[in-house]
Amino acid sequence: MTTPTVSEHLDRGPLSMDELAEVIARDIPAGSFVNLGIGQPTKIADHLPAELGVVLHTENGMLGMGRKAEGDEVDADLTNAGKVPVIETPGCSYFHHADSFAMMRGGHLDVCVLGAFQVSATGDLANWSTGKPGDIPAVGGAMDLALGAKDVFVMMTLFTKSGDAKLIEACTMPLTGVGCVSRIYTDYGVFDLSPQGASVRETYGISVAELAERLPITLL
Amino acid sequence: MAATSLLETTDEAVAGIEDGSTILVGGFGLAGMPFDLIDALIRQGAKDLTIVANNAGNAEVGLAALLKAGRVRKILCSFPRQVDSYVFDELYRDGKIELEVVPQGNLAERMRAAGAGIGAFFCPTAVGTPLAEGKEQRTIDGREYILEYPIKGDYALISAHQSDRMGNLVYRKTARNFGPVMATAAATTIVQVDEIVETGTLDPEAVVTPSIYVDRVVQVEARHYTVQGAR
Repeated sequence: MTTPTVSEHLDRGPLSMDELAEVIARDIPAGSFVNLGIGQPTKIADHLPAELGVVLHTENGMLGMGRKAEGDEVDADLTNAGKVPVIETPGCSYFHHADSFAMMRGGHLDVCVLGAFQVSATGDLANWSTGKPGDIPAVGGAMDLALGAKDVFVMMTLFTKSGDAKLIEACTMPLTGVGCVSRIYTDYGVFDLSPQGASVRETYGISVAELAERLPITLL
Repeated sequence: MAATSLLETTDEAVAGIEDGSTILVGGFGLAGMPFDLIDALIRQGAKDLTIVANNAGNAEVGLAALLKAGRVRKILCSFPRQVDSYVFDELYRDGKIELEVVPQGNLAERMRAAGAGIGAFFCPTAVGTPLAEGKEQRTIDGREYILEYPIKGDYALISAHQSDRMGNLVYRKTARNFGPVMATAAATTIVQVDEIVETGTLDPEAVVTPSIYVDRVVQVEARHYTVQGAR
């Protein structure tokens, strides 16, 4: 069933990853403490103006992380979670790893945005291992981050390159967390997830009806 | 425990590390990695080691060089696979090294517990995932938790920015990472610093690791590397 509050953007195609980053940035409250996962979610920082007062957390022990360092700004002692050199912002602070993860686990961060391989309609997340034999398992901070904020958002393409939906009834890849994702932002639309299932907030370049047809889940 | 020893060389600093030891190695990627202590450990020759570190080495420096030298039997880490972790990748695929993957926050908290005298703790991380298999689970206040045990080291090898002559430490930026936690969790904590300063010159309010946790300190020429190809 389609609720009247869904906004369908049919005058355009699906969002590019940069446009998607901008859409997510719009929903990040002023003054919030935010962790942006490695990969695509780091793009969101480009769309958060300083006057918004959003404070970025990086798992390797810093609040108030700034942009990527350029030229002489590079300092090997100051990197982001992807090991890329970054800069400080005024009011930043450093802390050790146990404090950094206590900050997540203790529910002090407001928003965390992660990438994903698969998400289930009830918010289960798979983003650390494809489960293929021969892959070297590596989890990093993914499982901690999955339950590391009041709101855990996912940023991903809605379909794989071969066209398979990544928003599904139950994840087939190894789980990172259970029922932990509250909203997913994709190139084709934004969905709210709850124990009852997934509902559409907005669509891009596709109607709700078409979306319902292409997804292997029943939308609320 | 005796007062902190200030040593002249990294070789003296790692003297006595036994074969089969469990060693906590600081660093997140290459930031904060104790390169000089690891090089000294390679010269020292201890083998059959269990290493606890966030990553499994980058390129062929630091921890990767120790792995390449064939001294490590097992590694506990959160994120072994990186753009430049080819030394580990090959050892792992050839079955020459044992790997235990631990979520990063649990790695830190399990060492914190070891240093704080905590016998075990219930943690929500990894509930319902393959990394919780075989572990005790309990519902507390309606939420699910997994029982996690401390990780204790025989030795910790870490780097800090400055130490005073008593072994009080301050760190630099995100190179702090696992250093303060590892310093508490090992029987013997060995630290390389960029500079040893006179006691009384560090602001007591700014000391991150108090000297009680520090056993040996050696000053080294600062060497810094960034991960090539990180993005």
